[in-house]
Order: sequence, then structure tokens, then C-alpha cells
Amino acid sequence: MSKTVPIRSVAADGKAVAARPRSAAFEYLTTKKDELVGWGRKFSIFPYPFVTACCAMEFMAVSSTPYDTDRFGAALPRFSPRQSDLLMVVGTVTHKQAPILLKVYEQMCEPKWVMAFGACATSGGFYQNYATLLGIDRIIPVDVYVPGCPPRPETVIDGIMLLQDKIARERHPIVTERF
Amino acid sequence: MPNSAVFEQVTADFATLAQARTSFGILELAVPAAALLAVARKLKDAFGFDLFLDVTAVDWPKRTPRFTVVYHFYSTTHHVRVRVKTEVPEADPAVDTLTGLFGSAGFMERECHDMYGIVFRGNADLRPILLYEGFEGHPLRKDYAKEHEQPLVPYRE
Repeated sequence: MSKTVPIRSVAADGKAVAARPRSAAFEYLTTKKDELVGWGRKFSIFPYPFVTACCAMEFMAVSSTPYDTDRFGAALPRFSPRQSDLLMVVGTVTHKQAPILLKVYEQMCEPKWVMAFGACATSGGFYQNYATLLGIDRIIPVDVYVPGCPPRPETVIDGIMLLQDKIARERHPIVTERF
Repeated sequence: MPNSAVFEQVTADFATLAQARTSFGILELAVPAAALLAVARKLKDAFGFDLFLDVTAVDWPKRTPRFTVVYHFYSTTHHVRVRVKTEVPEADPAVDTLTGLFGSAGFMERECHDMYGIVFRGNADLRPILLYEGFEGHPLRKDYAKEHEQPLVPYRE
């Protein structure tokens, strides 16, 4: 029963067709490592939504069918920071919450990016009081700021596209000095 | 029983203990801090004000005594509210706790303690509820600067 069956191409009507000559196959590609890795990474942004306030409604709107962030490879939220690439900070962050945000950021694996979603995450928005952290960039580095209170879905998509451009232009070291 | 009848009864009954007036359709009782517990107990037992709605404070920085502690109660039988006000000085901003009468007062007294520094004598658990451990001062007092931050995480740069 273990007779070896030769591999061959079969047409729709079941007749064997001749294999294409190797010279015509698309087998090699010359590019730069950073461009190739960046191209792959920019279309597989797995976001972690750190959602604290009313901007969450806009996050839901932009994630759902009419705006469809899956077109940009950024629609599948990971609910563990360890599996995610993009930390989306959606809403007001208070001083009491800042240690939690920092812990989530530190749990994410490299490479990682951060989006400040909305006016509050960007700058504290209209708050200036004892409770509010005036912009998450005071405690973690931010790659893209999305303005608005709340931002339009188009603004968020623009932010994602800006981040994609940034990722595509970045260096992507495979071996780092820490490795 | 219509509102006005309850108000008249309460007003007549508290004539010696409290100053009563009607403010925006709510009966308002101004009582000395020492009489607060007795007033609340009587409102609950004799007049059916059995729901503790809220306790908060008002800071009058230039007035003596500085703070007004404001309570709201609701009667689920008569469907009316009553407001009880008492004044406490800055040096000793303390009133008796109402947790013995209303269990739900505990959390609201903790919040009032957080924000205004009012001490509720007899409330065994006045830990911060909205603020965090290590927060100094009381942010809703008028002399707390609005730009005064007490971050838990050191800032970058």
C-alpha cells in the first residue's frame, strides 16, 4: 500500500498537465531586510485597547464593520498585553491608574508602539486637577497622537495609517544589542 | 401624605432642635453638630426618612466655622427629601458617623473624608476610597491648588 505516488499537476478535467518550466517561476526577490520586515509588521498590528473612558464608544465604532480597521491589519484586539504590538490608550488616565498603564506597557514585548487616542490621553484634555494625568507621554513614550474629543473614526484610521508609515520607515533589527 | 403636611410636622417637631426652612421645594434643617445624630435618628424612626442619599461638604474659606456638612435623606413612604446641614470649624472638622443608622453611609463618609477632610467620629474605616494611599491634603478644599499633582509614577525625562 505504500507505493509512492509521483506529484504532478492535474487540470480541472482530471488530465495531467505539464509542469511549468522553472525559469518562469517567481522564486527570488531582492529587497532590503528592514523594508521587508517593516512591510510585514505594518500589516499585522495587534492592538491592546486600554480603554478607560467615553472614547471607548468611538473605539467600538472604528473597530466595527462600517470603518473596519481590519483593512489595515489592526482589527483583532489581543486581551493580553504580552501578545500585542500596539497599545491604544483610549480615554482619560488618572494618577491612580498610571501605575497600571505603566505595568501594561512594560508587559508588552518588543517591538511595540503606543497610540494616544483622544484629547485626554494626548494631553489630559480639558482636565487640570488633582486626579488627571496630563497626557500619557509623561510616563510612557507615544508614537502617534490622535486628537479629538472624541476623535472621528476617520481620524483614528488616519492615525493608524501614519503609524503604518512610521513602522515601514523604521529600522527593524533582528539582533539587538540587548539580545 | 402630601409633602407640605410632612414638612409641617417635621418643622413643628424640630422647633427646638433645628432651624427649618423650605429651599427649592426641599425641607432644610440647620442643626448644631452635636444634635446631628439625634436629628437623623428621629427623622428615620418617627418620620420614615429611611434612605440615606448622600453626605457632602461645602468649603467657605473666609467664613467661621469654615465647613458645612450637608446630608440628604429620602422617605420611601412619603416620597419626599429632606436636607440636613451642620457647620463644623476648621480646627476640628468632626461630626458623628451615621453608620449606626444607615449602613450605606460608610462609603459616602469615606468619600467626604477624602475630599474635604471631614472626620466622622465612630466610622472605623476612613481609608481613602477615591484617592490613593499617600495622597496628602483634601482636593476639594478651596485652598488646594488645581495644578497640584501627586503622581504615583515618576515622569519621564
